[in-house]
Amino acid sequence: MAEQGVASVWRRIKAIYTIQGNMCKTCGSYYFPPRPVCPECRRKGKLELYTFKGLGTIYSYTVVRQAPEDFKRQMPYVIAQVELDEGTRLTAQIVNVDIENVEIGMRVRACFRKIKEFGQGGIIAYGYKFEPTMKVTGHKEKSSPKQKEP
Amino acid sequence: MVGIVGFGVYVPRYRIKTSDIAELWGEDGEKIGPGLGVFEKSVPGPDEDVATISVEAARNAIKMAKIDPLDIGAVYVGSESHPYAVKPTGTIVAEAVGCSYNMTCADFEFACKAGTAAMQAAMGLVASKMIKIGLAIGSDTAQGRPGDALEYSAAAGGAAYLIGQKNPLATIEETVSFTTDTPDFWRREGEDFPSHGARFTGEPAYFRHVGEGAKLLFAKTKTTVDDYDYFVFHMPNGKFPVAVGKQIGVPKEKLEDSLVVRQIGNTYSGSAMIGLARILDIAKPGSKIFMVAYGSGAGSDAFSITVEDAILESRGMVPTVDDYIQRKTYVNYATYAKYRRKIKALG
Ligand SMILES: [Zn+2]
Repeated sequence: MAEQGVASVWRRIKAIYTIQGNMCKTCGSYYFPPRPVCPECRRKGKLELYTFKGLGTIYSYTVVRQAPEDFKRQMPYVIAQVELDEGTRLTAQIVNVDIENVEIGMRVRACFRKIKEFGQGGIIAYGYKFEPTMKVTGHKEKSSPKQKEP
Repeated sequence: MVGIVGFGVYVPRYRIKTSDIAELWGEDGEKIGPGLGVFEKSVPGPDEDVATISVEAARNAIKMAKIDPLDIGAVYVGSESHPYAVKPTGTIVAEAVGCSYNMTCADFEFACKAGTAAMQAAMGLVASKMIKIGLAIGSDTAQGRPGDALEYSAAAGGAAYLIGQKNPLATIEETVSFTTDTPDFWRREGEDFPSHGARFTGEPAYFRHVGEGAKLLFAKTKTTVDDYDYFVFHMPNGKFPVAVGKQIGVPKEKLEDSLVVRQIGNTYSGSAMIGLARILDIAKPGSKIFMVAYGSGAGSDAFSITVEDAILESRGMVPTVDDYIQRKTYVNYATYAKYRRKIKALG
């Protein structure tokens, strides 16, 4: 079953690599995953592809301590509802964080990770996860080190 | 002139102390760090590999360069730990950073100098105007056989360089290579861990190739050690670059800033390229950098680089090498083994 997952992963590559959804030009709503029609405007809606900036806030989260076989090496881990700055929410794993430091309202940014391996010989699915925004110090020669979100 | 229009690095968050590895194998933990010149090494998370590390580094580079990823005409990823034996890493990177489909892409392999070989290829395409910008990445999640000497240094990390001609942060004046067939280190298809020629890895391999590469570059550029402010050598451990520096006559203070190996270990294809990034993070415009990357098998790629004024504008945009070095969480050997799949039953 080495071909397992190929079609479903390939179809979603653009969306899950770059968090590409869509935005309705009529009402200004953002959607992820992308919708075929805007549920607000129906036929009046004008949907355009939109790549999310990948910055957001933890809206709610849970710690996973019992995981399926594929995720055992990562246990325990955090799954959160992330509210993107554009206003839509998505579910994602939070990485690069100690579980005790996760909190609602925490600023996070999208990162690129391995999502699933379809067995030893199968394909590897990649996509977004989120991590706490990182400190960017810039350069020591500058008088005031900048604190920006990458 | 062809140069670096943006660069970015990525180092995973986890670290293991080399003293912890030593103690597990009944060695003297106190002695190992100073002896090897490696005190801790980076460990990738269970969901990180060369593709994810390359994407993170490339995204940093693109953000710093403020370029449109659609202007990238070539994506080359150099590594000895590509996630697939057959299927390029580069396509994953290109898609994830938003490149055009109208570009060329390939994976490079040459042990620890695959990334600098990718830089040279990108330089050629840019100089000949076949492409506008090339993305060259060196990235690895190196593995050492448990208990092998390599286990103390084999680490994970990567660096991405955008090579172009418009407004470079640093120009690359010259590059030369020295290449022979020398079997100092290898991994056969299907093997989990590499093998090496033990003592053979030093004199006829690393020292000869780095030394000859440096000599060729000095000759070609008609320069001497005095003409350069910073030196970067491939860092299989903390001792080799210092020793080769001594042979070439490099004052210690010109080498010191590039020695990232002490805190993150040997990131293989990322090693010299992360060392160079650390210099680019701090060097003043006008500084001259001399870099020699080394890859087993064996060869060296040497570069003469001058930092330009544009570098000042690029700073503060993305995390520096030190930002990544300081962002760390220690893991013990058990967690390290779990993350690195040294426990086979867990898959
Ligand atoms: Zn709408």
